[in-house]
Amino acid sequence: MSKTILTVDDSRTMRDMLRLALSDAGHAVIQADDGVAGVAALAQAGPLDVIITDINMPRMDGFGFIGEVRRHPLHRATPILVLTTENDAGKKQQAREAGATGWIVKPFDPARLLAAVARVSP
Amino acid sequence: MHQRQDDSSGPRRQFITFRSGAQEFGADIMAIREIRGWTETTPLPHAPDYVRGVINLRGVVLPVVDLKARLGLGLTQANPKHVIVVVQAADRTIGLLVDAVSDILTVTAGDIQPTPELAREAQSEFVEGIAVLSERLVTILGMDRLVGSLVGEAKAA
Amino acid sequence: MEAIRQTYFQECEELLLAMEEGLLALENGADGETINAVFRAVHSIKGSGGAFGFEALVRFAHGFETVMDQLRAGQLEAGGDVTALLLRAGDLLADHVAAARDGGAAPEDGEVSAALAALAGAEGGDEDFAPADFEGLDFVPLQIVVEDAPPAPTPMQGWRIRFAPHAALYANASEPALLLRALRGLGDLTVAADVSTLPALEALSPQAAYFAWDMTLAGDIPRAAVEEVFDFVTGQCDLDIAPLTFLLVAPPEADAPQIVPLAQVAPPAEKAPEKPDRKDGESRQTIRVDLDKVDRLVNLVGELVITQAMLSQRVAECKIPRASSVGNGLAELEHLLRELQDSVMAIRTQPVKSVFQRMPRLVRELAAQTAKKVHLVLEGEATEVDKTVIERLGEPLTHMIRNAVDHGLESPEERRAAGKSEEGTVTLSAEHRGGRIVIEVADDGRGIDRARVRQKAVERGLIPAGATLSDEETDNLIFMPGFSTAKEVSNISGRGVGMDVVRRNIVDLGGRIVIGNSPSQGSRFSLTLPLTLAVLDGMVVAIGGQTFVLPLTHIVESLKPRAADIQAFGRGRNLLNVRGAYVPLVMTGEILNVPDARPPSDGVVILVESQGTGRLALAVDAILGQRQVVIKSFEDNYRHIGGIAAATILGDGRVALILDVDGIVARCRDRIADLNDLQPTGT
Repeated sequence: MSKTILTVDDSRTMRDMLRLALSDAGHAVIQADDGVAGVAALAQAGPLDVIITDINMPRMDGFGFIGEVRRHPLHRATPILVLTTENDAGKKQQAREAGATGWIVKPFDPARLLAAVARVSP
Repeated sequence: MHQRQDDSSGPRRQFITFRSGAQEFGADIMAIREIRGWTETTPLPHAPDYVRGVINLRGVVLPVVDLKARLGLGLTQANPKHVIVVVQAADRTIGLLVDAVSDILTVTAGDIQPTPELAREAQSEFVEGIAVLSERLVTILGMDRLVGSLVGEAKAA
Repeated sequence: MEAIRQTYFQECEELLLAMEEGLLALENGADGETINAVFRAVHSIKGSGGAFGFEALVRFAHGFETVMDQLRAGQLEAGGDVTALLLRAGDLLADHVAAARDGGAAPEDGEVSAALAALAGAEGGDEDFAPADFEGLDFVPLQIVVEDAPPAPTPMQGWRIRFAPHAALYANASEPALLLRALRGLGDLTVAADVSTLPALEALSPQAAYFAWDMTLAGDIPRAAVEEVFDFVTGQCDLDIAPLTFLLVAPPEADAPQIVPLAQVAPPAEKAPEKPDRKDGESRQTIRVDLDKVDRLVNLVGELVITQAMLSQRVAECKIPRASSVGNGLAELEHLLRELQDSVMAIRTQPVKSVFQRMPRLVRELAAQTAKKVHLVLEGEATEVDKTVIERLGEPLTHMIRNAVDHGLESPEERRAAGKSEEGTVTLSAEHRGGRIVIEVADDGRGIDRARVRQKAVERGLIPAGATLSDEETDNLIFMPGFSTAKEVSNISGRGVGMDVVRRNIVDLGGRIVIGNSPSQGSRFSLTLPLTLAVLDGMVVAIGGQTFVLPLTHIVESLKPRAADIQAFGRGRNLLNVRGAYVPLVMTGEILNVPDARPPSDGVVILVESQGTGRLALAVDAILGQRQVVIKSFEDNYRHIGGIAAATILGDGRVALILDVDGIVARCRDRIADLNDLQPTGT
């Protein structure tokens, strides 16, 4: 089933990889290139199925952005997946505390990405 | 997981496609670990010209191979717009310098044709086949062979 | 089971060391605790050996143990012949363990067994040596819980799961239904919702979590797969996963199997302790950690140090003064990181005792073979050094001890004639000195016979007949490849290994070896080794715009040559005049294919000591500084490059190559042909 997914990442390559993988699976993708742009996108977007965000970004980082989502009247209940390079428990816990629903460990793998999306959104 | 199930002519494979020179190449997505921008390399002494040196990938010292030069098509004039595709194959991790990453391609085995005889000899040893899509021609590279050859040939060089 | 087997042999190694240590202590008088320690070690080796069916080992250990038990009870007296027998028994037990481990034939122990039995016989009578006999009371079998063991034959396999989400799980937009669906994908799932905590409607809070689910998941499913489903929500729910068939016997908190070290499980001299996991209050607590985990930690800290260096560099580029708050913070960070690095490195260190303790047996055997009287003195066994260094020290030390006994020490008659005591002394010592470890092998024998060494070197064509060599240079000839050959070394020092190999082993470890030789009074070999192999002190140099690192261990000195000091010597070869001595000058840039390197007269030369070929001058453009670098291999991803030892990452995040001096010598051997001609002045 097609979903609407917001991706927030400052790396162009990463955004493109996400877009390619997600749209290939039939999802609609909205892109933002950092936390601030992500918040702007929240304001304009209709209902979102999943949000995927990077952590280390200029202007507003992923943790800050997740906080904004969780405070947002329309999007507060949207599942959020965090992109992280480190597969370590500390990072995951930090993401969880910030309000993330799950994570995707880079390096990038479309199958894992899609599996993670399926796990947080019916 | 969420692949389209609209046709059934054999098992499906996914390739990352990238441009190098005038050609479009594809590599099995399972071999691709990550994609990053070009950074200056530290040259390695006595390396063949297509080994551009090593870079620091989060603490791992990674050799970078210029795909165009490896295929005998001349050195890539690398600039920050170029891309290093991090490939894991043949028990090694290397960086592959290409012009740009273009697409993710899902094809069935039937879409891949064997290499035509007239393909350049320098290329053919790494070429698994040719994927012909409606308007494109993608040369599928065997990453195991490409990465593996690096070790064997470099020794002889 | 294989993992447990490995644990057993690891354990045995430790126990054998403890045993040997105790037995040696017995030589200098027996006290109760020492005897106890030996008894415990033998007992433990026997006890769990039985669980693996090592019958010969158990049978032998049993006889040994019986004697120890009687010593402990005061029914036997230690000393003299008894101690000597126990030492032999200890060596044999080690052989038994080795045979069991490697699947080899059990050693011939009949004679010692009989002697032990005879010794025990007076008291113990004709005991039954059946391996299955563990004397019931004082042996507590090790309880081994094997994870994922196939349960008793039963059609029911799978997991019983209780999942109770917290409010936080919902707040992060996790959906329990999706988790249950993922579980259903693994196997046959039965779900019962527990709504017992659901309050009346008016008390219901929309933010709270009330539901829990009890599930059974049938099928042959790895636990990890079940846990992975709940990976995202760890800490946001109560989760119990218990194997279905084990439900009755295993409460949830017992599902992590614990293997209690043998030494704690089987305390001797105590009748059936109530609890097998009794804590031994007096001994230091330790945990076993997979070495990979430690190495990952070491690597991460290495990364951290590099990142900090990069950060400091960036801050410096921004012209932020060191006295500012940012500068102070950075200084504090640097300080903490250094402490962290030291602490992490310390995890990998071990006392050199583990390798030192192998030497008494070696010396006993050597003394017997050579009919010499040898007293071995061990000093500084508690000195700690990196595990890898320890592992690679065994061979060179063994060889040096063999040399000391075989070549160094004289026969009792010779010693008496020379006015020395009949018993020769070999001292093996270790100590920390200036951030490195110094290990010395010294003997009070005849010293190195310089005339003979010189003669041999000439015979083997290693030096010209007329060469003038200092005493030190003569002594160092023994390190030259080809100096000792299998033909001339005795069957003891032999085994086809020469001192050149010893030296290479040490150099490979980033160390140096120095000879102290006083003819007729003895010789002393000093090894200086780094405490760890993960970092290296290096000199950072520039060659043709590129940055390289030279290991400090090789560097003798650096100097700025005048053009007049450089002399061409044959085709494209150069010599450098260093205070009257000529040293081959290597154009490092040329060897490494680096374009645009400066001519040596315009740069700096670094005098290095190379193995086998003596001193060498490496021309570089400039010296950039000196620092500790983290060693990174690139050979896993590429291949070996002659002249390059490894790589490192510098403060700016870029990779720099670490030069391998010996490799450079090999690379340019054809260019500086006939190094042997230069040996007399070059060394």
